[in-house]
Amino acid sequence: MTRLVIDPVTRVGGQLRLEVELEAGAVRDAWLSGTMYRGVERILLGRDPREAWLLAQRICGTCGTAHALASVRAVEAALGVRVPPNARLLRNLVAGTQLVANHAAAFFGRQLVDWVDAGAAVQADAAAAAEFARSLGAEQPIDIGELEIARRRIEATAASGRSGPFAGGPWGHPAYRLSPEADLVLLAHAFEAIDWRRRVTGIQALIGGKTPHPQSFLVGGMATAPPWAGPSKVAPGQHLWGTGRQVPSALTAERLDAMRTLVDDAVTFCEDVFLPDTIAVASAHADWAGFGRGRGHFLAFGDLPEDDADRPALLLPRGRVMDRDVGRLVEVDQSGVAESVGHAWYEPTAEALQRPAESGTTPRYDGPRPPFETLEGFERYSWVKAPRYEDDPVEVGPLARSLVATAAGGGDLPLRLSRAMALTGAPSDAAFGMLGRLVAPAVEAVVVARRMRAWLDELEANLADGDLAVADVSRWDPASWPATAEGWSIGESGRGAVGHWLAIRDRRIDRYSVVDAGTWNASPRDNRGRRGALEEALVGTPVVDATRPIELLRVVHGFDPCLTCGVH
Amino acid sequence: MTAATIQGELGALLERGLSRRAFLAFCGAMTTLLALPPRYAPRVAAAVTASPRIPLIWLRGAGCGGDGEALLRTAEPDAVSLLLESLSVDYLEILMAASGTAAADVRSATMAAAPNGYLAVIEGAVAGADDGAWHTVGGRAFRDVAREVCAGALGVIAVGSCAFDGGLAAATGGTIGASGAGVVAGGRPFISLPGCPVNAANLAATFVHFLTFNELPPADLRGRPLFAYGSLIHNQCERRAHFEFGEFVEAWGDEGAQKGWCLYKMGCKGPEAYANCPAVRYDDGASWPIGSGQVCIACTMPGFWDSMGPAFRRLPPLASFVPWLTADFAGQVLVGGTAGLAAAHGTASVARAALRRRRAARARVAPAADAVPEPVVAVEAPAEPITPAEPNAPPDVAPAADMPAADMPAADVPAAEGPAEDAEDEPEPGLEAEAANPPEVPPEPKLEAAPRPKPVRPPAAEDDP
Ligand code: SF4
Repeated sequence: MTRLVIDPVTRVGGQLRLEVELEAGAVRDAWLSGTMYRGVERILLGRDPREAWLLAQRICGTCGTAHALASVRAVEAALGVRVPPNARLLRNLVAGTQLVANHAAAFFGRQLVDWVDAGAAVQADAAAAAEFARSLGAEQPIDIGELEIARRRIEATAASGRSGPFAGGPWGHPAYRLSPEADLVLLAHAFEAIDWRRRVTGIQALIGGKTPHPQSFLVGGMATAPPWAGPSKVAPGQHLWGTGRQVPSALTAERLDAMRTLVDDAVTFCEDVFLPDTIAVASAHADWAGFGRGRGHFLAFGDLPEDDADRPALLLPRGRVMDRDVGRLVEVDQSGVAESVGHAWYEPTAEALQRPAESGTTPRYDGPRPPFETLEGFERYSWVKAPRYEDDPVEVGPLARSLVATAAGGGDLPLRLSRAMALTGAPSDAAFGMLGRLVAPAVEAVVVARRMRAWLDELEANLADGDLAVADVSRWDPASWPATAEGWSIGESGRGAVGHWLAIRDRRIDRYSVVDAGTWNASPRDNRGRRGALEEALVGTPVVDATRPIELLRVVHGFDPCLTCGVH
Repeated sequence: MTAATIQGELGALLERGLSRRAFLAFCGAMTTLLALPPRYAPRVAAAVTASPRIPLIWLRGAGCGGDGEALLRTAEPDAVSLLLESLSVDYLEILMAASGTAAADVRSATMAAAPNGYLAVIEGAVAGADDGAWHTVGGRAFRDVAREVCAGALGVIAVGSCAFDGGLAAATGGTIGASGAGVVAGGRPFISLPGCPVNAANLAATFVHFLTFNELPPADLRGRPLFAYGSLIHNQCERRAHFEFGEFVEAWGDEGAQKGWCLYKMGCKGPEAYANCPAVRYDDGASWPIGSGQVCIACTMPGFWDSMGPAFRRLPPLASFVPWLTADFAGQVLVGGTAGLAAAHGTASVARAALRRRRAARARVAPAADAVPEPVVAVEAPAEPITPAEPNAPPDVAPAADMPAADMPAADVPAAEGPAEDAEDEPEPGLEAEAANPPEVPPEPKLEAAPRPKPVRPPAAEDDP
């Protein structure tokens, strides 16, 4: 039996360490460790609840908008604030952008080189590659000349020995199966994706002033105000240059048009490049359908509200799928969530499984002093806690959401997912493992990007009708708050289910708890010694070459884990 | 430089997939951003194209990863060119193909192949408590890895507020002994680009400066480059006119918000924050937080989570504005890029000494003025030759105090004070007073040189004075 350590696992959010035991060329057991702690929940204590989202947003530089939203929603729930429809639409646009951009980055930026051999791509013939690109079916935006430029770019770092992001990759590994032409096309698309992603996140910059960390969230709505349409109160000439001088609003017709262009761009990219590419990779690896399946419990908190009701319809529905049974949707609410710290570096809690609304965990490191070789033999081995839903370890993320949507029935998502999975030619239950994790994010990106158009239209129609409200300020003044209040919110980041729980006392944050996608997926063992979702999925994964274990990286990156989020 | 060589370089660039127009625009923008005269653009272009790809080791400390994200969202040159061509980004965990020991090997290989020949970039805080056990990479304390990498670096660039002074992890309630990257820089040339996250344009400009002049841009005592952190946000803000005329957003989404009025009463920290956000903005100039209707949270300032919070509490009415450094004046210099402008902030007397050294090579200093004991602005004649290649050359004129406010054209002098104590009652403060009242001596900035404070947080309740 060999013990294998991968640290740092690169191309994930935050600091991830993986230790596995190999037996007969496959993983017998696995341990995931988040090895960086900041303690955002504790830093939040004592602060103004209205600014909590600013700090919560800094939980993650990639999924920060999800935490910002979760935080304002939790405070709004505590104070009984309902946001106006325009704020909901603006929030959906920001969250939708995050989700779409995250999925593309996860596939092209973080996963691709696990499936694509950059060393082989250099050998590709650009004309043959263009042929392959056309075979992907949809209109491919990249021509032969661009493919040749991409080839030379890769050559400059992957093949020439000059370093760069491709340096030291496991090129030539036998697990690589795609043709050099396919490799080249996918990498060229990855370059394109970086640029496209920068452009599309511009929606966040237009609404929120910057990206990452767009800044226009607000307890009560959004700070982004529509342009003033009425007459000026101040008579012309009353003072020199203040009169009537209006700073352009972030929601002028031009800005909305710019956003619409970016959304259209996103739809095109997701439909014509992203989705076909994931299907191409999945269909070339049908034998991977059986790996990385894990326990088969999937959870989605659901998000992207479509109306302003108390329990709004959600574009991404809420629920659970247990034991891969998509025929049955199991209810989910926040009260089912509890966390174990039995194998994490925190003070033991009173209950083995502590509900986030009641926890106030204190960090306590009792692992090895650095430098260390292994975490073997240490009972506690991660900064990530182990959340469980009604005692079950569950997987979260785009695959979980798609399966929950399937169980919920109706909507665009299930139909498109089953169509895309059919195109991979894989067996019908392949969706529950690695291939599903490849394809589901792209399907979801298509669905969300298309929906963003409708939100923009709705927003524009509202503004045209004279509904200019973006915030409910009735509870802005802390004097209007009760002495104590509790709130929570459950929703989704691109990477999966996110919940924030908080209590307010004397107008300050008294308790704050976060359970994030990274916490669910990269969870260590729990109080009963059961592995987390990703640990479980790793068991049984074959490893051909222990010095270059790309099979493990495929499984890990399939979950797109984020450890800055997971530990927070 | 002959046309032919430019042609040749551009040819090479087109090879690299950058359009000529985009490239020239980029060089022009960078020249402006760095406050160099426009005639430096060709030199910048030559340097960027001709320089060998400098290896880059980008380390991620205790932060959110947002600065790496910002890098991936660089507009021009597009991130791909930056990553693959202009620089050799050898180690960047969010992007690199190699994992585990292979990743560490890539890092060591770069360090071995280019001793004192690579740039170290650090984002996130350095966890110092408990032997660095709060943050380990490959089983080693991040702190030790970072020290080792910095020790052989040409220069160390700290990106984002966490790498500046510990940022969020160092805020009240933090337990990991977080500090900025300065503690691991080991005396190597060091520059810090605070901001949460860093503005990618400033990062790109810092790289460009390095490629062009072979050294990091001139900085203040805390390592912040003057081109980016020399001016007050409030003085460059597009809403400043509304501040002067007492036109404030009074409630979120109100008429003032729709008209884009000043956010001071909602808690804007622009009057106490130094950065070039209003001029450079984000995402290729698309917008910036105040542009989107939200307050500035002073994310470039030391200890801002504690010292500048709560975010939505209004600043005290007589905040330390610098009345004679106006938006128009600063904007003209920053945008026009025709003169070097250095605005010191920080503990003025010490910062000034450093500034004089920097400035001396750049410009002749305006006559002394006894009346202004703590000058904050240096104004140079635009035509003065600038020799950025040797920014640390000895001064050719005696360092002296800077241009007094009284010498400024009257049009450049706005109201001498912040809004009156109750601006509602006096919507147009200070119009008459401006010419008569010499500007106040700006109070000693609160936080700059002192060890990072852990102030007791003020009550969260609304407590406008
Ligand atoms: S207070 Fe803020 S919004 Fe108002 S002028 Fe100053 S920086 Fe701009």
